[in-house]
Amino acid sequence: MVQERTLPQFQAPPAQISPEQGLVLYEDMILGRFFEDKCAEMYYRGKMFGFVHLYNGQEAVSSGVIKSLRPDDYVCSTYRDHVHALSAGVPAKNVMAELFGKETGCSKGRGGSMHLFSSEHNLLGGFAFIGEGIPVALGAAFQSRYRRDALGDAGADQVTACFFGDGTSNNGQFFECLNMAALWKLPILFVVENNKWAIGMAHERATSQPEIYKKASVFGMPGIEVDGMDVMAVRAVAQEAIARARAGEGPTLIECLTYRFRGHSLADPDELRSKAEKEAWLARDPIKRFEAYLVEHNLAEKGTLKEVRDRIQTTIDDALTFAEESPEPSPDDLYKYIFAED
Amino acid sequence: MAETLLFNALREAIDEEMGRDDTVFVLGEDVGVYGGSYKVTKDLYNKYGELRVLDTPIAENSFTGMAVGAAMTGLRPIIEGMNMGFLLLAFNQIANNAGMLRYTSGGNYKIPMVIRGPGGVGRQLGAEHSQRLEAYFQAVPGLKIVACSTPYNAKGLLKAAIRDDNPVLFFEHVLLYNLKEDLPNHEYVVPLDKAEIVRSGKDVTILTYSRMRHHVMQAVKGLEKKGLDPEVIDLISLKPLDFDTIGQSIKKTHRVIIVEECMKTGGIGAEIIASINDRYFDELDAPVVRLSSQDIPTPYNGKLETLTIVQPKQIEAAVENMVALKV
Ligand SMILES: Cc1ncc(C[n+]2csc(CCOP(=O)(O)OP(=O)(O)O)c2C)c(N)n1
Ligand SMILES: [Mg+2]
Repeated sequence: MVQERTLPQFQAPPAQISPEQGLVLYEDMILGRFFEDKCAEMYYRGKMFGFVHLYNGQEAVSSGVIKSLRPDDYVCSTYRDHVHALSAGVPAKNVMAELFGKETGCSKGRGGSMHLFSSEHNLLGGFAFIGEGIPVALGAAFQSRYRRDALGDAGADQVTACFFGDGTSNNGQFFECLNMAALWKLPILFVVENNKWAIGMAHERATSQPEIYKKASVFGMPGIEVDGMDVMAVRAVAQEAIARARAGEGPTLIECLTYRFRGHSLADPDELRSKAEKEAWLARDPIKRFEAYLVEHNLAEKGTLKEVRDRIQTTIDDALTFAEESPEPSPDDLYKYIFAED
Repeated sequence: MAETLLFNALREAIDEEMGRDDTVFVLGEDVGVYGGSYKVTKDLYNKYGELRVLDTPIAENSFTGMAVGAAMTGLRPIIEGMNMGFLLLAFNQIANNAGMLRYTSGGNYKIPMVIRGPGGVGRQLGAEHSQRLEAYFQAVPGLKIVACSTPYNAKGLLKAAIRDDNPVLFFEHVLLYNLKEDLPNHEYVVPLDKAEIVRSGKDVTILTYSRMRHHVMQAVKGLEKKGLDPEVIDLISLKPLDFDTIGQSIKKTHRVIIVEECMKTGGIGAEIIASINDRYFDELDAPVVRLSSQDIPTPYNGKLETLTIVQPKQIEAAVENMVALKV
């Protein structure tokens, strides 16, 4: 096991968050966790197919960033996209139905786990190939700037948050897009979820400079390292980057140090990561940590948190029923959606 | 209107569409300040500004993906491939995202974008700059593929491509940019999905596109002198193929020769033959003949290069042979 990086310290003053905002974050993290646990159950019961990549352990990143955005901002994800979609507001039942391949899924059952989309929620995807979502996110950010500066729409101040992993930060599209984003001062957040592994490739074995946030500096862009197991820390960093982007001051690279609590996908036997490493990170569970924070700072009572969990459990159960009872796409529609006119 | 060069016809199309719709913008390498390597975007930078005629870094896959993202969020990008061959570096974004994203998203997004630029075998440009990518892309679902061949159709087709709500790969030919033609003064648009009957005739159907149309027409001069009467169809749309026009012609001539600049193996002609077999086998009086480029990297040497692509004499001979076999 390689030497663990020292996590940056962050002390959130309690006044920074209201009880209501605290519960929004908590509920979102619980939704992500419970949803993924249900997916694992359904996959092993043979109800769900394909490659399914779960997000357990990384919830503080999705909630901390996306819950700091406005509904008209854009979110771009990878194949590990269920929880980003949920944070962006795509209803759990439509995500679950998509995983069941149903017509009521957010991609009408045509996409599957790695291709979640929702134009209604400005979710750009669901990109199954490494790095390909980054330029697409860049395009959405360019579009905001184009509307503001070429079309004179002063209200076009939307920000795009683009998520991807440590392994992906070795891909050319990452560097090409950092360059263009900085060059054109585009309103975008590059959010690297450094969970230390790219399937079986340890981050340190894949990159000559493991501190990804430092790669921002050569593009003249702020690069920030944050404890990705601390939703308050992620939120604070995200809010600042979003404010800069919205003000026309350009992009930010945020490296969130995090960990996935399950294998790479549900098909991964997860044999390479050491027990010691897993235990060390499990002990830093972002949900338990945030629960303790909320209670300690009198932002929520334990009973209230339990109510949230119970409510979310119902949401998940309802989502499952909805997905199971929904119709499959009609064979008559096999060719639908190839062209814009279909 | 005065004679217009093909590259200027393209430029007019872009200028008119940018004037008509302010969500239309151009991006690519050297499209702005430099005016495009074949001057298709000359002066548009001054007219429309740096965001609407965006000079990009040399990062084909990323700026293509960026155009996809811009198209998904309501803009109408026109990518100029400095040379269409460079788009091999953008293959992923063109195939996975421009082509397939609408389907995988279950109709959540449209991708109205045009990817245009020079392709084909030029004059001794060497293998990498002499590519015909149309065949590589024809298997990608969701893409429309168009090849222009005259100033008239170049302008009208490009305008249609820009207005289309789907991703369109628009092939120009590096040796056709200086073709001249009188263009109408009034605005016109040429439909993307219609083949063009260049010459109607009765003896044999010649299906061709892009620069080979002009090789075919040269061959036709010789054939006419020999009393032969071929029908020449410029396919225009390489995907989807216009089988209405192709089929009507086959029902008239019962003989087909395909003349193409792409390579024989896995080429556009290969696909056409397979489709003709499926649809019109009973109409044929002879096996379909295909004249394609040789299956080799285009050599630099001028003589070898000439041998690599189909020449008018070969087309003449092929037509004569086919007609001589007449039953
Ligand atoms: C272009 C491409 N190459 C390879 C893969 C296979 N693949 C899927 S995920 C993955 C590892 C990615 O790791 P990372 O970026 O750290 O993200 P994480 O899975 O840890 O969230 C690989 C190699 C792919 N999907 N796309
Ligand atoms: Mg990783």
